[in-house]
Amino acid sequence: MTFNGIIFYLFSAILLFAGLRVITARNPVHAALFLVLAFFTSAAIWMQLQAEFLAIVLVLVYVGAVMVLFLFVVMMLDINLARLRENFWSYLPVGAFVAIVLVAEMVLVLAGKYGGFAGVPAPPPLPPGYSNTKELGRLVYTEYVYAFEIAAVILLVAIVAAIAITLRRRKETKYQDPARQVSVRREDRMRLVKMRPEKKEQR
Amino acid sequence: MQYITPLTPAFAELFLLGMVCFILVADLFVSDENRVVTYALTQLALAGAFVITYITATGQPEYTFSGMFVDDLLSDVLKMLVYIGVMVMLVYSRPYVALRGMFRGEFFALVLFATLGMMVMISANHLLALYLGLELLSLSLYAMVALQRDSATATEAAMKYFVLGALASGMLLYGMSMLYGATGSLEITRLADTILSLGARDLVLVFALVFIVAGLGFKLGAVPFHMWVPDVYHGAPTAVTLFIGSAPKLAAFAFIMRLLVQGLGAEQLVVEWQQMLIVMAVLSLAIGNITAIAQTNLKRMLAYSTIGHMGFLLLGILSGDLVGYSAGMFYVVVYVLMNLGSFGMIMLLSRSGFEAENLEDFKGLNARDPWYAFIMLLLMFSMAGIPPTVGFYAKFAVLQAVVDAGFVWLAVVAVLFSLIGAFYYLRLVKLMYFDAPADSAPISPRSDVRLLLSANGLAMLVFGILPGPLMALCIHSIRASL
Repeated sequence: MTFNGIIFYLFSAILLFAGLRVITARNPVHAALFLVLAFFTSAAIWMQLQAEFLAIVLVLVYVGAVMVLFLFVVMMLDINLARLRENFWSYLPVGAFVAIVLVAEMVLVLAGKYGGFAGVPAPPPLPPGYSNTKELGRLVYTEYVYAFEIAAVILLVAIVAAIAITLRRRKETKYQDPARQVSVRREDRMRLVKMRPEKKEQR
Repeated sequence: MQYITPLTPAFAELFLLGMVCFILVADLFVSDENRVVTYALTQLALAGAFVITYITATGQPEYTFSGMFVDDLLSDVLKMLVYIGVMVMLVYSRPYVALRGMFRGEFFALVLFATLGMMVMISANHLLALYLGLELLSLSLYAMVALQRDSATATEAAMKYFVLGALASGMLLYGMSMLYGATGSLEITRLADTILSLGARDLVLVFALVFIVAGLGFKLGAVPFHMWVPDVYHGAPTAVTLFIGSAPKLAAFAFIMRLLVQGLGAEQLVVEWQQMLIVMAVLSLAIGNITAIAQTNLKRMLAYSTIGHMGFLLLGILSGDLVGYSAGMFYVVVYVLMNLGSFGMIMLLSRSGFEAENLEDFKGLNARDPWYAFIMLLLMFSMAGIPPTVGFYAKFAVLQAVVDAGFVWLAVVAVLFSLIGAFYYLRLVKLMYFDAPADSAPISPRSDVRLLLSANGLAMLVFGILPGPLMALCIHSIRASL
């Protein structure tokens, strides 16, 4: 086995372990941290494929931004774990059966022509000056510009939808309107009430 | 390689995208009383897109964006039908939406985004474009269902729609990735060539096909992937239900044509998906028509009837020849028309704080307003497939294609279940004509709604007596594009 092979199997083993722990860890914070580990190891595997841009983006975007936000949410939500896990074991036989059938089918189909290393040759070695980032950028803005633009529109829809569904002008929310504060007059705030002096009741 | 591609074929899409962005910004400067301006702009955008599509249509398939986008006659015809469907939907739902606090800029923006998604799907020549168009459409629809956020049923419907829709997208993507693995291409025309050259039956392709058909079944709402349809149709605001049930079905038809017929239309694969579609069609016809009998809610009933109609659409497609595809296209167009009309009637009878969504609400409609009762009668007759309405001709064309393809037993099954289905459509007619009215509120719609709804109902009769031109259009556009 080459050095590359050893590295690959090492990282793959860590990735599988981390992935398993994500769904079996009792503590949601631990699960999220294992997901971070899974992201890191996948980034390392990508690095082996000489896809350095994707690897760095994975770490920056998913680990740096998405997972941190996710951790915040997990910590703020008061998730009742005992209730979530109540029926875990009772679903296991059915779930395991379905999983085994699926895996068996996949193996039967893919073990033929497309499985194995013969179907997936190693990528050819790249010249030293080759820039992954430049190549991706070129493709995204030329050949795939249509898909890229539609993806941008989808993000715009997500923004519009999120705001349309959640933005709510509540009456009880206190917010300042400087224009109204400046133009306020005495009469708006204070009312002079004339009252007749009260007499002490005679007894 | 040349990357600066001609943009003329995609001019309508570019125009609509520009208009959505303009409307989103312009809406900020419009006060609530003048929201009509946004509405008018939206209609204008759709009308403009219609004109542009008409002008730029050449009748020849044109490819642009490095082969991701195709502009052929089928796409032009379907796009123009989509614009009409969306415009009619906007007219019908305007009073309904205004009474329920949804008459806001976001509603119109989402409608236009969804329309854009349908256009992308219709013109896709690349699996990526197909998928992205589908997501653009679906995401807009999820948001529209949830727009009435204080309604518990609407939120529940949106949640179900979202989760099941995401699952379906996952299946579709899985299938597409396997296709890519087997053929090394995502472009539909090139995909078809590669599969043809592969020749023999390939297990990976069949495996991919299973996932793709399952994903399509989810999106169409065909049994056994139909669980979301009744809940979403019932829970969503009626205007949104109308939208989901109308124009997107045209896009779904285009999706099937592009993916199954153009992409996976090689001899050895047609046999495979024909069998899957037969199972789905028979189950849809059975469960859709039988379960609809038990419904007391009109929206739920129409949801199950949709499942039945999708069964018919699948029958047309599984015939596997040009006649069958044209019959399927004719069926979808007619279905969209019927659906627009019947949900338009539900919104017509609804008013502030009252939803006319139960069968009882249509009791004695003839005594209240004979004209609208007649329109509804035409719509229901057409749904049931009773001559001389167009629904009869649509079913007839599909059945003919099925028999020509050699599936006589399938035609018999379809007729039997249509007979069962006729029961619940006619029950509504009986309620309208022979029962005493339970509700006496006057029906006084806006004049544009009145005009359009009347035209919609009468179209059932007109196309029923003269189905030739529409059928010729379907045959011509299918033949010119495949």
